[in-house]
Amino acid sequence: MTPTSTTAVMFENVSRHFGAVRAVDGVDLKIGQGEFFAMLGPSGSGKTTCLRLIAGFEQPTAGHIEIFGETAEGLAPNRRDVNTVFQDYALFPHMTVLQNVAYGLMVRGVPRLEREKCAREALSLVRLEGMDLRRPAQLSGGQRQRVALARALVNRPKVLLLDEPLGALDLKLREEMQDELRRLHKQLGLTFVFVTHDQGEALSMADRVAVFNKGRIVQIGTPEDIYQRPTTRFVADFVGSSNVLTPDEAPRFGGVSRWTSLRPESILIGAVADAMDVRHTAEVIDQQFQGAMRKTRLKINGLEIYAMAPSSQAFDVGQAVTVGWARSALHAMDGEGNDV
Amino acid sequence: MSDLALRRRGPLSSLIDAVYRHPRLFLALLLAPPLLWLGVIYLGSLFALLAQSFFSLDDFSGVIVREFTLSTWTQLMAPANLDVIIRTVLMSALVTIADAIMAFPIAYYAARYARGLMKAAFYLLVMMPLWSSYLVKVYAWKLILAREGIDTWVLDKLGLKFLLDWYLSLPVIGGPSLSASYTGTFIVFCYVWLPYMILPIQAALERVPGNLIEASADLGASPRDTFRHVILPLAFPGVVAGSIFTFSLTLGDYIIPQIVGGSQYYLGQAVYAQQGTAGNIPLAAAFSVVPILIMGVYLTFARKLGAFDAL
Repeated sequence: MTPTSTTAVMFENVSRHFGAVRAVDGVDLKIGQGEFFAMLGPSGSGKTTCLRLIAGFEQPTAGHIEIFGETAEGLAPNRRDVNTVFQDYALFPHMTVLQNVAYGLMVRGVPRLEREKCAREALSLVRLEGMDLRRPAQLSGGQRQRVALARALVNRPKVLLLDEPLGALDLKLREEMQDELRRLHKQLGLTFVFVTHDQGEALSMADRVAVFNKGRIVQIGTPEDIYQRPTTRFVADFVGSSNVLTPDEAPRFGGVSRWTSLRPESILIGAVADAMDVRHTAEVIDQQFQGAMRKTRLKINGLEIYAMAPSSQAFDVGQAVTVGWARSALHAMDGEGNDV
Repeated sequence: MSDLALRRRGPLSSLIDAVYRHPRLFLALLLAPPLLWLGVIYLGSLFALLAQSFFSLDDFSGVIVREFTLSTWTQLMAPANLDVIIRTVLMSALVTIADAIMAFPIAYYAARYARGLMKAAFYLLVMMPLWSSYLVKVYAWKLILAREGIDTWVLDKLGLKFLLDWYLSLPVIGGPSLSASYTGTFIVFCYVWLPYMILPIQAALERVPGNLIEASADLGASPRDTFRHVILPLAFPGVVAGSIFTFSLTLGDYIIPQIVGGSQYYLGQAVYAQQGTAGNIPLAAAFSVVPILIMGVYLTFARKLGAFDAL
C-alpha cells in the first residue's frame, strides 16, 4: 500500500535533547494516512523517543510536529487522537481484562453497558474472547499483548503507536502476532507506527521503513529499497547484514570504486555460479548449518566474505569452489554512514 | 576424593548436611527462638491479661476476686467508659484521615519526582523527628500551642488573634487554649504519627510503574482521572498499611492526651489509671481488650475493601 495524500504525522526538523544527549536530532518525517510505518534502529538510536514525541510523553526541544494537520507540541497525551501499545503492555494490574480495554471509553464518559459492548468487540477483534474477568497477571504474554492492542484499538485512534510490541514474545508467538497486526492493519485501515530493532519484523510488516542511527534518520524507503539499495554502510550492515566492500576492494569484485554492499544470498557457489557475470575461485573457511541455509565463510582474493548457500551444499573446510554473482547485485552506496 | 570427604566430617559439617537434607529442620531452627518469644512470652502474657478481665474487684477490700464473672465487662459498658472508647476511636479515625491527606502529596513527590540528593533529603526530613525523644516533641508542642506560645504570638503580631479566640470559643473543639483542647491533641497526634503514614504510601507509590500513568494519559484520562482510577487504587494498600499504624498508635497512646489536651480520658489513659492508681486490674484488662477488638474489626474491614490483594 502506498501512502495516501493525507499526512497523518509530520516531523519538521524535530530534536529532543536530554542535557548533552541528542536522543533525536533534526528529524524530518512524513507518515501518510493508512500507512504501516516502521521505525528501525539499534537501541538508543532515537526511534522510541520519536514515538514518544508523537504520543506526547516527550516534548520536542526544537522543531515542529503535526498530527493530521494539527500542531502537536504542547498538547497533553490525553488530548491527542493517538494510542500506544507499550513495550511491556502497561496493563492496569488492578483491573480485569474488560475494564482495561474499556478504560479509554470510561474516562471519556461512555456509559457502562455501551463501553463494555465496545470492549468485547475489540477483544474479539484481537481474538481474545472469554477472558473478560481475568486479571492481567493471569494471562500469558501473548494474551496480554492482545489485551494491550484491544485497549488501544477500542478508542479508534487516528494513529496507533506500537513500541516494540513483540519484543517480549517467543519466536512462534511473534510470527503469529506479526500476521495478526498485518491483518488488523488491513482490516481497520488505521495508520500504524511501529518501533522495532528487529529488521526482519520491519521488512516483513511495514509499507515503509525509517532506519535510525544516533538520533537521525539515515534512510527512509520501502522495505525493498532499504534492503536492496541501502544508501550507507550502516544501513547495509544493520538491515540484514551484508558484505560491505571498501572503495578500494570493490573494483576487484566487479564493482566501481565506491562503498559497495553485496548481499550474502546473491553469492552463488558451485556449478550455478558459472552463469554469473562475476566469477572467482574461493576457499571455504567455515560453514554453519542454519536449517534452510548454510552460512558459508569464504576467502576470495585474500578477502573474507560470506554467502548463504542452500543447506544441500555442504563443503569441506579448505575446499576450493567457484563463486559468482550478478554485477547488478553489487550496490554502490553514498558513504560509510557511521559518522552521523 | 575420599580424603576430602573424610576431612569434612566434623560435627558442624554433619549439621550442615542434615539441614541440607531436611529443609524443614532448617526452618524450625530459624523460627524456634522468635516463635518461643512471641508465642509464649508475648501471647502468653496477653492471654493472662485477658483472663484477668473475667475476674472482678471487691469494692470494699480492693482485693481481686479470682472467680469467673462478667461484672467487669458490664462495668466497661457504663456510659462514662463508653465515652472514653468513642472519644478514642473518633480521635484515631480523624488523625488517620488527616495524616493520609497530608502524607499523600509528600509521598507522591518523593516517589515520582525526588531523585538523588532530594530523595536523601526527603528520607532525612521524614525520619529526623523519629530520632528525638517522643516526650521532648510532645512537650515542645505543648509550649508551641500554649496561650503564651509562638502561634498566639505570631497571630497577635499579624493582628489575627481574634481568629484564634473565635476558634477557641467553639464548643467541643475549642478550649481555654490550643494546648488544652481536642484540637491540640489532634494536632500533636497528627504530627507524631505522620512519618508512619508517609513511608508506606511512598513505598506503595514507588511500586506503581510509571508507564501505567503514561498509559492512562495515552488512553485519554485527565490527570485527575489517572489519580482516581490508577494511582490511588494502586497506592491504596500503602494508605491502609499507614492507617494501621496511625490508627493503632493513636488508639493505644496515653502520653499525648495527658500532656496536650483537656482532662478527658483516652483508652490508654484509662488502662493506665485503672491498673495503677485505682488498682483495678480486671477493668484495666477489659479496657485493653477494646483496642485489640477494634483493630480486629478494622483489619477485617480493610481486607474486605480488597486492600491486601489490590496488588
